[in-house]
Amino acid sequence: MSLSATKFSSAGVAGAGTMGGGIAITMARAGLATTVFDSSQAALERARRQIGEFFEKSVARGKLNAAQADTSVKKLTFSNDIGAMALLNVVVEAIYEDLRAKHALLAKLDAICSPETLFLTNTSTLSITELAAGCKRQDRVVGAHYCLPAQLMKLVEMSKGIHTSEDSWQRAWAFELATNQQPVETQDRPGFVLNFFCVPYHNDVIRMIEANVAKPAEIDRAMKAAMDFAMGPCELIDLIGLDTQLRASEAFFSVTNNPRTAPPPLLRRMVAAGMLGRKTKRGFYDYGQDAMFGA
Amino acid sequence: MTQPTYAIRCAGESNSFPDAHPFLNDAVDRGTVLVLIGDHSVVRPGDHDHLTILLELGNECLGVHTGEDSGREGSNLIGFSRWRLGTDDPSNLIELVTQPKTLPDAIAAARAVFETAGFQVSVCADRPGRIVDRLIRPQFNLALQALDDGLVSAADLDLCLKLGLGYRRGFIAPLERSGIEHHYDVSLALYEAYARPEFLPARSAAVAKARSLTAVKRKKTDVAMRERGK
Repeated sequence: MSLSATKFSSAGVAGAGTMGGGIAITMARAGLATTVFDSSQAALERARRQIGEFFEKSVARGKLNAAQADTSVKKLTFSNDIGAMALLNVVVEAIYEDLRAKHALLAKLDAICSPETLFLTNTSTLSITELAAGCKRQDRVVGAHYCLPAQLMKLVEMSKGIHTSEDSWQRAWAFELATNQQPVETQDRPGFVLNFFCVPYHNDVIRMIEANVAKPAEIDRAMKAAMDFAMGPCELIDLIGLDTQLRASEAFFSVTNNPRTAPPPLLRRMVAAGMLGRKTKRGFYDYGQDAMFGA
Repeated sequence: MTQPTYAIRCAGESNSFPDAHPFLNDAVDRGTVLVLIGDHSVVRPGDHDHLTILLELGNECLGVHTGEDSGREGSNLIGFSRWRLGTDDPSNLIELVTQPKTLPDAIAAARAVFETAGFQVSVCADRPGRIVDRLIRPQFNLALQALDDGLVSAADLDLCLKLGLGYRRGFIAPLERSGIEHHYDVSLALYEAYARPEFLPARSAAVAKARSLTAVKRKKTDVAMRERGK
């Protein structure tokens, strides 16, 4: 199938969390009839509100005009009935990082979706091949790791499972282009590209702080000045969330046994103390009082 | 604190200031801070009369010059290095190297001297690789290994890092531009210091180093042959 011959009119997201909501925005903004599914009505309501607020902000900031925003919002449907996903061209699975939960979801989707429906799975650490094994259409499952926040970040790391067909791969690639994302091909290996680099590096930074080599602000200033990074590593960890860094490290270490990916003790202590970064207003930096963490 | 003035004493080649720079021009004859630039610099007995002595470092620790005393070392002598990647021009980052008992006033003066000249300044403990090399060299090795392992193409790797992490230059393009063989040298020195596998230079860095040595040898042979032919 040639890319130009691939047309999409509908798509859906399974999982109405932060990532799912952002992915739904990319679909609706591209003009696709977009269904957001979550078994939790509360999660759906939160996603509906947040997506609405996002489009309002886009108008206020001149990114979209009011008519464009209105059209996008009207493209969205929210449902706690998985049957609403049955006839969609593409379904992106975007629930939390748990193999069993993702398997259960993919099996349900497989049972109710049209044979034509392509499944994209949004994972940062799990194997696409292992995930696809949870349903009977392994040839129509493709890895698509969106970056957070998906509604702003163009990059999508795409990877094939062992059984992914060439046709599915081409359709998935075309889908990302159709929703104005920037797909990059990588392999079905732990962390793909971003987390492959991020997780060990951020742990190295945390160990450096723990060993009193330098304070967070000194490290951030050095890395930005030397390498022209947009953000320092401590700023980035605070943005991602220290709890997310901990979970990613545990997942990575369990499959790679690479000591750099093992969670540093300071990371565990900070998470235990509720210092999760921006989301709790305190991580390596104090966002309430501008005070620095660490002494 | 009033703005400190600085004098400069040069000896040997400088990795931090290889060429003309306004920082060199703005020095005075007798400053409150003494900046020792070049790989042959030594601290003389009278130098400690200054508020701060700044000694340019290569890959070595400051302790190599001062000696150490089980964590009790430190004075008004501070190490510094302007970070650079291979053959690229030195960056705008000055890493200041301190010891456990380095005098706070000396650090403040050192920071003020460089910040006034427009540099970004980061203070760190006296450890091999300081901040940047210790953090970035394992990442460069990982990037080179990822290419070997077919994880992603070089162009897509840099694109991912730019779009996904805000690493505006990526990893591969700056490494190739500045000479991968230079990365080999720094990474090997860190591997010898820490004995940790992440510092072991990647295969392709070892190849680049071997080829650069061969090129140097060939050049020497050519010169010798020409001399003999005269």
